[in-house]
Amino acid sequence: MSDSTVGQTKQFGKGQRTVPHPAQKAQKWYPVDDESQPKKVRKAIRPAKVRESLQPGTVLILLAGRFRGKRVVLLKHLEQGVLLVTGPFKINGVPLRRVNARYVIATSTRIDISGVDAQTLEKVSAADYFTKEKKAEKKTEEAFFKQGEKPQKKVVASARASDQKAVDQSILASVKKEAFLGSYLASTFSLRNGDKPHEMKW
Amino acid sequence: MADIDVQVAQWKLVEVGRVVLIRSGPYTGKLAAIVEIVDHKRVLVDGPSTEEQKIVPRHVLPLSHATLTHFVIPRLPRAAGTGPVKKLWQKEEIDGKWAKSNFAQKTERAERRKNLSDFERFKVLRLRKQARYEVQKAHAKLRAAAPKS
Repeated sequence: MSDSTVGQTKQFGKGQRTVPHPAQKAQKWYPVDDESQPKKVRKAIRPAKVRESLQPGTVLILLAGRFRGKRVVLLKHLEQGVLLVTGPFKINGVPLRRVNARYVIATSTRIDISGVDAQTLEKVSAADYFTKEKKAEKKTEEAFFKQGEKPQKKVVASARASDQKAVDQSILASVKKEAFLGSYLASTFSLRNGDKPHEMKW
Repeated sequence: MADIDVQVAQWKLVEVGRVVLIRSGPYTGKLAAIVEIVDHKRVLVDGPSTEEQKIVPRHVLPLSHATLTHFVIPRLPRAAGTGPVKKLWQKEEIDGKWAKSNFAQKTERAERRKNLSDFERFKVLRLRKQARYEVQKAHAKLRAAAPKS
């Protein structure tokens, strides 16, 4: 079998010339439709722009998710475009956590976080720190039918727990310095009758 | 015939010298004295306070935009100019008297409460709770000590 794209060499009397393969022949007609051009993307990936009120150390009110209503401390803006917050865990049970800046109210209360361990903070703010570890064994049919046995309780990785402690340590100390601040962080926010959030000062 | 005690009613009258509180328009919340009565609906007012932000320039004000206060500048001449009004205003200490009044104190507190931050609101909540607890404790003690009827 000859290559489909290669033409043939033909003898015409004395002369000889190559005839291109029919597939290679010039088209007899101009194409009716223009060839569609792919759209040029004019968007660029820029770092997320955060509100001025979201300075590290600010007390935030979470508005969505499992911890909605909780008052937490802002630690850092991550490169992923989200905020890194902590409860502190000992006060209100909110762990080191990433939250979307859109679902957050920034209050005017600031807490001194200059004493936070920079090395741990660096570690926590790495891109894959919060990714879930893949399970070694898959759920089998057998395991599903063994309903009698209690499922294993989720164990918090000890590394996570120690990171939490290292970060919270100095924050807890500075929270203790101001009266009512601890119980303020422990309390949750909610709207009461007649509250107008758009008219309130934070 | 029984003796009948006739008393003059203690009404607040629209009169020259009456201090009014302006309730709508650009001078809402400020005080001015009635200088002249234009007709049954409108008066000429002038509020020459010593503080810059409390001054109400002399203008005609509909009475429906005003609330009469208890204060009157006595013997204010009709259609007195801003100068004499200012003098009498200071002599009568209208601003000081107003600041002590119940209404002024309540509005001031409402304004302050409105501008509290979230943390300050929480502190108010907590401190009020503490105060209430003390009152209730004292009350319970009194009730326990009182003779049963």
